[in-house]
Amino acid sequence: MTKPLLFSLTRQLIFTALIALSLLSLLAPTAQAAQATAPFEDTIAQRTLACTACHGPQGRAAPDGYYPRLAGKPAGYLYNQLVNFREGRRHYGLMTQLVDPLSDAYLMEIAQYFSQLEVPYPVPPPGTASKELLGHGERLVMQGDAARQIPACVQCHGQTMTGVAPYVPGLLGLPRDYLNAQLGAWKTGQRRAHAPDCMKDVVARLSTEDINAAASWLAAQRLPANSKPATTPPSLPSGATAIDCGSAPLAAQLKAER
Amino acid sequence: MKAIVKFLGGAGVFLVAAAALVWALNVRDEVNVDVDLDVDAKAPVASVVLSQTQLARGAYLARAGNCMTCHTARGGERYAGGRAIETPFGTVYTSNLTPDEKTGIGSWTPAHFWRAMHNGRSKSGRLLYPAFPYTNYTQVTREDSDALFGYLHSLPAIVQPNQAHAIQIPFQSQAALAVWRALYFSPGVYKPEPGRSVEWNRGAYLVKGLGHCSACHTARNALGATKEGFDLAGGLIPIQNWYAPSLVSPLEAGVGEWGREEIVSLLKNGVSAHASVAGPMTEVVLGSTQYLSGEDLGAMAQYLKELPPSVSAADKTPPLATAVSTRNTNTTKGGKLYEQHCAQCHGNAGQGVANAYPPLAGNRAVTMKQTTNLVQIVLNGGYAPATEGNPRPYGMPPFVLVLDDNDIAAVLTHIRSAWGNQGSNVSVLEVNRVRANQSR
Repeated sequence: MTKPLLFSLTRQLIFTALIALSLLSLLAPTAQAAQATAPFEDTIAQRTLACTACHGPQGRAAPDGYYPRLAGKPAGYLYNQLVNFREGRRHYGLMTQLVDPLSDAYLMEIAQYFSQLEVPYPVPPPGTASKELLGHGERLVMQGDAARQIPACVQCHGQTMTGVAPYVPGLLGLPRDYLNAQLGAWKTGQRRAHAPDCMKDVVARLSTEDINAAASWLAAQRLPANSKPATTPPSLPSGATAIDCGSAPLAAQLKAER
Repeated sequence: MKAIVKFLGGAGVFLVAAAALVWALNVRDEVNVDVDLDVDAKAPVASVVLSQTQLARGAYLARAGNCMTCHTARGGERYAGGRAIETPFGTVYTSNLTPDEKTGIGSWTPAHFWRAMHNGRSKSGRLLYPAFPYTNYTQVTREDSDALFGYLHSLPAIVQPNQAHAIQIPFQSQAALAVWRALYFSPGVYKPEPGRSVEWNRGAYLVKGLGHCSACHTARNALGATKEGFDLAGGLIPIQNWYAPSLVSPLEAGVGEWGREEIVSLLKNGVSAHASVAGPMTEVVLGSTQYLSGEDLGAMAQYLKELPPSVSAADKTPPLATAVSTRNTNTTKGGKLYEQHCAQCHGNAGQGVANAYPPLAGNRAVTMKQTTNLVQIVLNGGYAPATEGNPRPYGMPPFVLVLDDNDIAAVLTHIRSAWGNQGSNVSVLEVNRVRANQSR
């Protein structure tokens, strides 16, 4: 009889903790002010204050939309991005010089730390895009465009678009400006990934209007109740071809085994 | 008429003599690469067999010289070259040091390599730009040069053609380089000073030779030559816009008063109890000094400790009295900004946290005359290098988008005058100058 009791007690505790956490998040500005006088701790959180200064407390994203959220993104994805900045596949001077003197092992630790943070997502801001544009965006994201050999985003990023651990990032909870900038950077070759660079090939087939449509629709979506990345890659829809991605070798391996 | 002929004749003789002198000065102390006594240049390179000990020694020396850091492009193959080195005279691209026959140094002999290290002349006979610090490497012994060459020849060959340098006219010409060398370069292996200990001499050999510390820590003249040879009295690194502090001044980074272990720790780990490396020194610790043995670092520390202390005339003058009156108004604003942005890590009294956040109170990097580095650090932030002794360094966030020039001038003026610090004011103009010259 003690076991069910213990179970319900634990559940109640978790519930209370969750309520407390969500209340805390409402008090974010106060929490931030309190952080200013936080004592020194020998922790990874302390070590990554240089990151959260721009990416927001706990990597929850900066309000201006240029510094993306880090919290809860798949660890392998975050790690790949840190390495990409260090090795010149992505370009942003401040990021590059910050990660320049850091080792692979340390970058992985930083990536894992942010991937494990569970921070509530904000409600998407009201958009100004037209219905037509949003409709075009939704079709591209959910179905792609077979005629132009554009795969659906959800084919790799998951049906609920929350990404696939450990390498494929989610697409929700990101500002439209950020999505536009990243897809644009891929188109111009400013942003690259490990070869074969699958995103480069996909984005090459998108027009500026396609990019804007997909970004506008994605930025307007709410996160599903379970916002965590999926643990297994989505099954390949019939008629679709599997895509080889250098930045997601695990997925490639799974595909080969099938 | 006769006078003109005489004059022209005289000028001609003078020019020929000058050219001959420049030529003679440029071939001083060179080996004949075709009949090199030590190794038969005609023998196939593959026959140069080095023992495992020699290879390991070569690998170690390559670390001491930090060769890989410059000879590897960002994200590129190790030692295959292609990194752009920006200089006031244009851009030099580092060369492929892997043993590829066509694009690397696969067809070189140890004698060719020695001539490059010792005389700054490539296999083809072309004079090399001193962005490759042969002005320092000339001090390296033939034995060490051969070990280095052997190690480079043991690397995987990478096919990567060298990129042509983009040097401005007239500095791109070999003649200009020959004149420069006649003026500022003389080859010569390090000669141990008999009155000094073996350890001191080892330290001097590493600091002056492979360590090429003077390449940054000695000021350069208008033609890019280090002014006083090896005085290590500090110098502004052009283009990068960082100041390599004086290693002889007790007001800058002179270590005469430091404990030997603290110097070794800074070079080995990138941090010590009271200091942390920043800026271009980060890649020196990252690619070079962290790999050096305790004995060699100890020897370098000993040599640096015993450098005769010297303070520049400019450093002797106290901050202007007028600075004090403006300070009070700035202190309020600077003090508030400090509390808001800096105190969380560096402490309310600028005390810092040992091995994590350097103290600002009593820190010479904060109070020294040159303020370029302070502005750089506040603008860009940065991490100490991840080393074996400090694998998870703490970092400082960039403030380039948070604080404007007025804010940065105010907060720097505050930390330079608070807690007993007696540094001069930092002007908005100085902050603006550094911000405008960001090379990244």
